[in-house]
Amino acid sequence: MEMVPYLVAYAGLGVFIVAVVMRIVMWVRMPMHVRWELYPVAHEAKKASYGGSYLEESEWWTKPREVSLVGELKVMVPEILFLVALREHNRKLWLHSFPFHFGLYLITGSTALMVLQGILSLSSGGAEGESALGSFLFYAIMVSGGMGLILGLVGSLGLIRRRLKVPELRDFSAPADYFNLILFVGVFGFSLLAFAAFGASFFKGVTAFVANLMFLNLTPFGAGIPALSVTTSVVLMSALLAYIPMTHMSHFIGKYFAFHSIRWNDEPNLPGSDEEKTIQKALSQPVSWAAPHIGADGKKSWADLATEGSDEGETK
Amino acid sequence: MSCSCSFGDFSEGEGSIAQIKPEDQKPLPPPFDDLDEEPFFEQLSEEARNKYALLDDTIVVKIPVPATEEEEERLVNQFLSGFRKLLTAENNWTFLEPLMISLEHCAKCQTCSDACHIFEESGRHPLYRPSYRSEILRRIYFKYIKTGSTWVHGDIDLNWKTVTRLIELSYRCNLCRRCAQTCPIGVDNALLAREIRKIASQEMGIAPKELHEVGSVLQLKVGSSTGMTALVVKDNVEFIDEDTTERTGIEVETPWDKEGADILLIHNAGEIMAWPENPGAFALLFNAAGLSWTLSSDLAAYDGINYGVWYDDIQFARTALKHLEAAKRLKVKKIVVGECGHAHKAITVIADKIVTGDLNIPRESSMNILRDIVREGRIKFDKSRNDFPVTLHDPCNLVRLMGIVAPQREVIKAVVPEERFREMAPHGVDNYCCGGGSGFAIMSGLNFEHWRHRLPGRRKFRQILEAFQDEPMDIEHPKYVCAPCSNCKGQIRDIIRYYDAWETAGIYYGGLVELMVNAMEGVEPNYIDWEWR
Ligand code: SF4
Ligand code: SF4
Repeated sequence: MEMVPYLVAYAGLGVFIVAVVMRIVMWVRMPMHVRWELYPVAHEAKKASYGGSYLEESEWWTKPREVSLVGELKVMVPEILFLVALREHNRKLWLHSFPFHFGLYLITGSTALMVLQGILSLSSGGAEGESALGSFLFYAIMVSGGMGLILGLVGSLGLIRRRLKVPELRDFSAPADYFNLILFVGVFGFSLLAFAAFGASFFKGVTAFVANLMFLNLTPFGAGIPALSVTTSVVLMSALLAYIPMTHMSHFIGKYFAFHSIRWNDEPNLPGSDEEKTIQKALSQPVSWAAPHIGADGKKSWADLATEGSDEGETK
Repeated sequence: MSCSCSFGDFSEGEGSIAQIKPEDQKPLPPPFDDLDEEPFFEQLSEEARNKYALLDDTIVVKIPVPATEEEEERLVNQFLSGFRKLLTAENNWTFLEPLMISLEHCAKCQTCSDACHIFEESGRHPLYRPSYRSEILRRIYFKYIKTGSTWVHGDIDLNWKTVTRLIELSYRCNLCRRCAQTCPIGVDNALLAREIRKIASQEMGIAPKELHEVGSVLQLKVGSSTGMTALVVKDNVEFIDEDTTERTGIEVETPWDKEGADILLIHNAGEIMAWPENPGAFALLFNAAGLSWTLSSDLAAYDGINYGVWYDDIQFARTALKHLEAAKRLKVKKIVVGECGHAHKAITVIADKIVTGDLNIPRESSMNILRDIVREGRIKFDKSRNDFPVTLHDPCNLVRLMGIVAPQREVIKAVVPEERFREMAPHGVDNYCCGGGSGFAIMSGLNFEHWRHRLPGRRKFRQILEAFQDEPMDIEHPKYVCAPCSNCKGQIRDIIRYYDAWETAGIYYGGLVELMVNAMEGVEPNYIDWEWR
C-alpha cells in the first residue's frame, strides 16, 4: 500500500509524457498544407511592427529574407507568460485566466526547483538542505508553490463563476468544461489546505517525496495525517497531470503549431527548392470527392484533376 | 433581436431561426444617424421561404427544401461523407493541419466575437458570433465522426436542417480572418467556414450560383466569370485605350500576348467591364514608366479572379494553373496582379504550395510596382491636383493575409496632399472587411444585397463616414474612398448606392491608379470624373 502514491506519481508523469509526445508527433506528421499566414508575422524583422511582409519588397524572391528569431521571442515570451492576446482582446476573462495559468507556471516552477534541490542534495551527500543555497531553494519552492496554488485556485474559481454567469460562455460549455475546472479547484484547494494546516513541513514533505521519486527510493512515507496530506496531494497532482493532455487543454501544444506552422509560416516555395518534391508528392495523391464537377474517381490525382478538369468543372 | 440560437434549436423548428431587428443596430454617424430613415430592408418573398432551406432573414446558397425523407437522409449522409474526406490527407492535404487545430482546440472563450463586424453590426446577434458555426461543426465532428461523449464536447442533432442551415451559415462570414487575429489559441473560424463550404461544394455539389456556375466554371469555360471571351476582352480593352487616350491626351496602347515581356499583368476582368478607367490608368502608368509588360488573351488569364479561394480547392487549383500556364507560355519574368485582393492572395500566397518546376513563376503585387514608380521618380506627380479628402480602404487579402501595407501608403503620400489624407480607424492589418469579402460583393440574389449592406457592409460604411466627419457632408464637397481592390470597390459602390451617400454626403470611390493618373503631370486634368455611375 505504501508504494501506491509512488506508483501513481510515476504513472501520472508517464502518461503525461507519452500523451504530450503523441500529440506533438501527431502535429509534426501532419501533411504539408497551403500557406495560410496571418499578419502581423512576428519574425518579419523590420516590418512586424506594422504587420508588413517581405512581399512588400520589389522582386522579393531575389532578396535574402530577414527572419528575426528575436522578433518571435518578443511576441512569444510575453504571450506565454502573460497571455497578452487575451489581455488585449478579452480583459474580463483575462482577469481570471491569467492567475489560473500563471499559477500553473509557478507550480511547475516549484516542482522544477524540487528536482534541483534533489540533485543538489545528492551531490552534497544529503547536506544541501542545511546550506544557505538549500534554505534559499526551499523558500523559493514554498513561495512559488504557495503562490501558484493560491493563484491557480482563485483563477479556476473565477473561471467557473464567469462560465456560469456570462450567457455566451454558459451556452457553449459542456459538462466536462465545468468538471475540468472543478478538478483544478479540488486539487489546488486540497494542497492549499494542507499547506495552511502544516505550514513549511508540507512543502518539505513534497520535496522529500519528489527526491524519493527521483532516486527510486520508494520507502514508506509514513501514515500520519501530515504525511498522508503530502501523498494525497502528490497523487491528485499526478492524476491531473495525466488528465490535461487528454483534453482540449492540450492547447498548450496545439498553440505552438497554430502559430509556427500556420499563422507565422510565410516560407516561400522558391523554384528548385526541396519543398517542390513534397508538393509533387501531395499532388499525386488520389482524390475521391464526389461532386460531379470535381470529376474524381478515386484514382485520378490532384495533378490530373487540376490540369485536365472535368466536364462540369470546365477547363481545357 | 429574435433568435432560437441554442445548439438544440439549430436542428429543430420550421423556417428561419433568427431575425435581425433594425432597432437593435447601432445608428450610423451623421448624416445617416436616424435609424428610422435607413433604407428599406427587403424581406424574403413567401415563395422563396417555401422553396429554400431557411436560416435567417436571407438566402444565398438556395438549397431546395428536401421533398422526401430519402432526400433528407441523402443530405445528411453526403455531409458526413464529405466531412470524413475533409479529415483525410489525400483529399484535404491543403488544409488538414489548420482544420484539425481549429477543430480540436477552441477554449470557447468568445474573445473572437468582438472582432467580427458582422456580429457587432447585427446588434451582437448570437447567430453571427464567429464561434457559433465553428462550434456546430465541432460538435458534429466529436459526436458523429469521432463518436466521442457529448458530455465532454457538447451535443448537437444532425439532420437535414442542421446541414442546410450550417451551409447557409458558412455564407454569413466574409472570411476576413479578423477574428482569427484575436484568438489567443490560434483557432480560425474563417477557415472552418471555408471548410464547410468545401464539404458542400466538393462533396455535395452545393455552392452559390454566382461563385460556381457563373463564377469559376464560367471562367474555366469561356475565360472569365464576366462571360467575356478573348475576342470580346481585346475589343473592350481597345476601346479603353482609345478612351484613356482621349481623356488624358496621351496615346495609350495595351500590349497583348507579348512574348518575353518582363511582366504579365493580370487584372480582375470586372475592372474592364465596370471600371475601365482602372485598366486604362494601369496601361498609361506602365507605359509612361517604361515597363516591359503585357496582358494575356489565354483562357482565364485575362481575368485574375479565382473564386475557388472562397469555396473549392480543386476549382482553385484549376484556375491558378491557368494563370501560371499563360505566364509560362509568354516566357515572362513575373506575374503582376492588378487591383484585386483575392487574386493577389490566390496566386501569390495560396498557389505557392501547389506549383513546381517551370510553373513556379514569381508573382508580385502591383502595389510594389506603383510604389517603385513614385519612389524612383519615373513619373512626375502634382499632388495639388488631388485636392480633396481621401481615405484608404485596406483590402483584407492584401493586408491581413499578405502583409502588403506600406507600398499603397507610400503611393498615396506621393500623389495626395498630406493634409487631405486621413486613415480609417482601425486600418492596416487591423482593418475591417468592406463587407464584400468571400464572394459577397458579387452575390445579390433574392434579398441578399440588402442583408449584405445592413450587416457586413455597415461597419465599413461607418468607418468611411467617421473618416470624413470633419468635412461638410454634402455633394458640393466630394470625398474619395480609395479601394485598391475590385471586389471591395464593388461592395463600396453598392453601399454608397444603398445609402445614396454620393448625393447626400458627396462620398465617391475608386482605385489607387486613378488617383495617380489624376495627379500625373502632363496629363489632361480631371481623370477622376466624379460622375456617379
Ligand atoms: S475561436 Fe479562439 S477566441 Fe474564439 S472562442 Fe475559440 S478559443 Fe476563444
Ligand atoms: S472571418 Fe471575419 S466575417 Fe468571418 S467570423 Fe471572422 S471576423 Fe466575422
